[in-house]
Amino acid sequence: MSATNFIGQSVKRKEDYRFLTGEGTYTDDVVLPRQTHACFVRSPHAHAKIRKIAKDKALKAPGVVAIFTGEDIAAAKVGGLPCGWLITDVNGAPMKEPPHPVLAQGKVRYVGDHVAVVIAESIEQARDAADLLETDYEVLPAVVNASVARAQGAPVLHDIAPDNTCYVWGIGDKAAVDKAFASAHHVTTLEFVNNRLIPNAIEPRAANAQYSRSDESYTLYVANQNPHVERLLMTAFVLGLPEHKVRVVAPDVGGGFGSKIYLYAEDVVLTWAAKQVNRPVKWTAERAESFQSDAHGRDHVTRAELALDREGRFLGMRVMTTANVGAYLSTFASCVPTILYATLLAGQYTTPLIYCEVTAVFTNTAPVDAYRGAGRPEATYVVERLVETAAREMNLEPAEIRRRNFIRQFPYQTPVALQYDTGNYEATLAEAIQAADVAGFPGRKAEAAKRGKLRGLGYACYIEACGIAPSNIAGSLGARAGLFEAGEVRVHPTGKVTVFTGSHSHGQGHETTFAQVVASRLGIAVEDVDIVHGDTGKVLFGMGTYGSRSIAVGGTAIVKALDKIVAKGRKIAAHLLEASEADIEFTDGVFRVAGTDKQAPFAQVSLAAYVPHNYPLDKLEPGLNENAFYDPTNFTFPAGSYVCEVEVDPETGSTQIVNFTAVDDFGKIINPMIVEGQVHGGLVQGIGQALTEACVYDTDSGQLVTGSMQDYCVPRADDVPSFRIGTKETPCTHNPLGVKGCGEAGAIGSPAALINALTDALGVRDLEMPATPQRVWRAANKKAA
Amino acid sequence: MTVKVSMSVNGKPVSGEVEERTLLVSFIRETLRLTGTHVGCDTAQCGACTVVMDGRAVKSCNMLAMQAEGAELVTIEGIAEPDGTLHPMQEAFRQHHGLQCGFCTPGMVISAIDLLKNTPNPTEREIREQLDGNLCRCTGYHNIVKAIAAAAQTGGGVLRR
Amino acid sequence: MYSFKYQLAKSVADASAFVAKNSDAKLLAGGQSLIATMKLRLSQPSDLVDLGALAELRGIKVAGNTVTIGAMTRHAEVAASAEVKKAIPALASLAWSIGDRQVRNMGTIGGSVAHNDPAADYPSAVLALDATVTTNKRKIAADQFFKGMYETALEPGEIITSVSFPCPKRAAYMKFKNPASRYAIVGVFVADTGKAVRVAVTGAAPCVFRVAEMEKALSAKFAPESVASIAVPEKGLNSDLHAKADYRAHLITVMAKRAVAAAL
Repeated sequence: MSATNFIGQSVKRKEDYRFLTGEGTYTDDVVLPRQTHACFVRSPHAHAKIRKIAKDKALKAPGVVAIFTGEDIAAAKVGGLPCGWLITDVNGAPMKEPPHPVLAQGKVRYVGDHVAVVIAESIEQARDAADLLETDYEVLPAVVNASVARAQGAPVLHDIAPDNTCYVWGIGDKAAVDKAFASAHHVTTLEFVNNRLIPNAIEPRAANAQYSRSDESYTLYVANQNPHVERLLMTAFVLGLPEHKVRVVAPDVGGGFGSKIYLYAEDVVLTWAAKQVNRPVKWTAERAESFQSDAHGRDHVTRAELALDREGRFLGMRVMTTANVGAYLSTFASCVPTILYATLLAGQYTTPLIYCEVTAVFTNTAPVDAYRGAGRPEATYVVERLVETAAREMNLEPAEIRRRNFIRQFPYQTPVALQYDTGNYEATLAEAIQAADVAGFPGRKAEAAKRGKLRGLGYACYIEACGIAPSNIAGSLGARAGLFEAGEVRVHPTGKVTVFTGSHSHGQGHETTFAQVVASRLGIAVEDVDIVHGDTGKVLFGMGTYGSRSIAVGGTAIVKALDKIVAKGRKIAAHLLEASEADIEFTDGVFRVAGTDKQAPFAQVSLAAYVPHNYPLDKLEPGLNENAFYDPTNFTFPAGSYVCEVEVDPETGSTQIVNFTAVDDFGKIINPMIVEGQVHGGLVQGIGQALTEACVYDTDSGQLVTGSMQDYCVPRADDVPSFRIGTKETPCTHNPLGVKGCGEAGAIGSPAALINALTDALGVRDLEMPATPQRVWRAANKKAA
Repeated sequence: MTVKVSMSVNGKPVSGEVEERTLLVSFIRETLRLTGTHVGCDTAQCGACTVVMDGRAVKSCNMLAMQAEGAELVTIEGIAEPDGTLHPMQEAFRQHHGLQCGFCTPGMVISAIDLLKNTPNPTEREIREQLDGNLCRCTGYHNIVKAIAAAAQTGGGVLRR
Repeated sequence: MYSFKYQLAKSVADASAFVAKNSDAKLLAGGQSLIATMKLRLSQPSDLVDLGALAELRGIKVAGNTVTIGAMTRHAEVAASAEVKKAIPALASLAWSIGDRQVRNMGTIGGSVAHNDPAADYPSAVLALDATVTTNKRKIAADQFFKGMYETALEPGEIITSVSFPCPKRAAYMKFKNPASRYAIVGVFVADTGKAVRVAVTGAAPCVFRVAEMEKALSAKFAPESVASIAVPEKGLNSDLHAKADYRAHLITVMAKRAVAAAL
């Protein structure tokens, strides 16, 4: 390996020192001169008319600067929050898009809905004053459950959707699928809930907005995953501000998992209010507010069927899903249960015919949007629960039924729109089986039985589609945004490099991984490369970080810019070395004239670009700074095989994960240490979904029952095991790095593996997530809930 | 009403005039502007606000500043050597990739030092059980557990101050 | 948090006199429950009287057959105490299981016992070990102390100064934790005092309680199988998101059985 090839090396992270010493700068750490503090007054009711809001008492409270309500917002003609993806109903009509005001207009639709903002000198004063705001509500009946919301007589949230239905969407050839089922040897049917989750990044959402009268500009610091998208949506669709007058900075961000992709009401209100009060306004969510108002995840109710022939080959799949989108459409709410879900239902298999129908429903709950995996965990759960159950019903080994149906020829066109470029599913499964010591499982099961414990083993073979693209095809499917990424490489005169990326790191380690790519390509040290992200004032543009896209799309944009740097460098070197450009080679940071010992190191070339004395000024501009936009030609398709082994204490219902093996194919891996870390984190979020996490609303009152970490169980260290991790590499065929993405995989594959293991241990067919001790105890003892 | 509160933080005497209802974490973050101590959950679950008070790890978001009157505190800013050399626990987290977004990290590091102080040679099970006061949403704990186990061999349970 | 006035108590007598006079004033011990409640604006005391500086309320003494723990002694101190570990290992291990490590470094036995949270651990030990709660005014036997949810026999101005635990012949505490809050869904403390067996259950009902039938069976034969088929009636047990009453009832039997096994 070359001394300057850092691809595949576990380089320690450049960002760690500041995080380890408390020098990170998160949004709440930013305090601006003349700072004020905002407290949002939120709806205590799930559904109510606002009769009256009286500000007088609150305005008189100490320290109050201003109070704004929906009336003020309406008078100022502040727009509502837009949805970034138009889904077309099966009947050809566009989805129902009810207004999504940033402060409630006459009606509140979920507990935590934004009613007013109180701005004061200190946060405690703002909270004190908020308590004095008099709000008179007429409480209306509420509905929190999507299937109930569609029933006759259910409370109606929005006038434009009298049946509370946002859309009914379908994909696939229904008639052909029905025919396949009619002639099937065996049909496996499952009905289940994919439980609603609350993301709970440990850093709560936060924002701090500033306005300057001198140049009529705004600066918004915000805990966000994609600052340019935030700016574009806010300026173009909500506030109508000139985009060049708004700078959005997403500094260090303490985890996102999807929940910080979106344009939220608070961000808009603060930006608008900063001008009204002519002082910076800051808000940091209390955890209770995060629970109530961060976009939630999942919440599907599904009936799924798999048709098989005598040998266990899949003939067709039929899936009917009701997706709860909450009270309003969040930024990407509409595409998650459709485009990012149903297109993944082929999984790793050659199922020739698939039909999926999704009904999206408004309810009196927080908006639901993408949460780590976003549609793909739901799809994997459908496929892998069906496959495992079918194997058990047909007395086939669960691994064998998968092998009989694996896709082996690539590229492979699925019946649900995607074309997989590459993969080797057999290889990850074989390695997972070996690493998990599946052969020794019967012995371990027998030993556990002697101790009165139940052991079970479950598989999940997932497929993921990352780096959603290309823009024009997504556009034809309803996307209202581009799906490219941008990068800029600034080579300084001394050959040191600053790279600006539109991707955003909120834990993923871009500052290191991207630097490894740049250093390897330019043949310089990793320390000589700095990565800048998260600031629209510095970075040319960006679509940000979501859907495991950063390395595949953002990384490739940087590579494209690097290619331009090297191409220009070659021209400069040809001049310096008095050779033909065609004869210049660039390896290990040195430009050489092929077949000679004439050479110019990278730093010499960069210096020549900035001190252009001996330089072809007639043909070439000085300087060495290039940017690139990259719009991928296809998704990437990471895939993997997970094996989970559990031990259940049937007396208490406690589940212990005794072994969890994950073998993933992420294509080429830049930094194995970081990739493994991403897998670990994803696995625990998936395990959280399967074992501990449930968002529960009271079905009568619509109150959020799991409104704090006292009731919503984010997994702790002793809830989870250490993991056995492996990787296989089949490089992506359509990006220059051969990379696929790894951020969400763990969360996608693990719930199905875990529930397959638990149902195996308990000898039951169905088990609802999360499989809490109480549920497992009931299942183990066949007690009704 | 305000009250005067004084204590030692990272070896230096500090004081401030604060509202009586001021939480210790607010005093640290807002009055002293030591922003490495974080607030994550408000209900004393996440442990991002953990600091050392008189030699023991406590949750600074679940106590009043006045409860630390006269105490000796160490925050994450006081963990490394004055010359910037990382504490063995910090170094172990770096070596073993025990952090991602970094938000839980200050509390996690301080809590981990306290863990080793009380249990110098913990098993993996003991590490996991005794991390019950700290939540991390990024790492899945795998590498945090590895880092703490490694730091047990390198003096990770000893505070320099 | 609402505003309040803060004072550092100079003596138990001063603190007692102040809270007796000011009905909206509250005593602040470790604050691990109180501060959390105040942060949520669920509690609005006019004054907080901080007991943190009263050295006389801290410390562990073993005299004869009794372990006496000062009210302001922190859970971590009880858990780490060599004397407690030797005299009543079940009490040390219970203290070690409270909350989390940071909470144990702040929370106090007096605060926990006075607060009488339905899911707190200490009340089960106080009741099962037949401890005596000593206040600035009197001594209260465990059986007379816990009155109901968050209710105790303490009168206005009465301050716990210590809790005295007679050393049992054998004892153990088994807890099934709420996965989210880590409070007890069911905690069972079983103590064989030599003269009698006492079984106290926390977490399962609005207030800690004893299970007479189990005590009787264990007095006859101190063995897990003695309680294995004794079911506590569901009626009156807590029922929530995490555990319905029938599950709690079942767990009481399981935890009791396991506690007896651990005590043997």
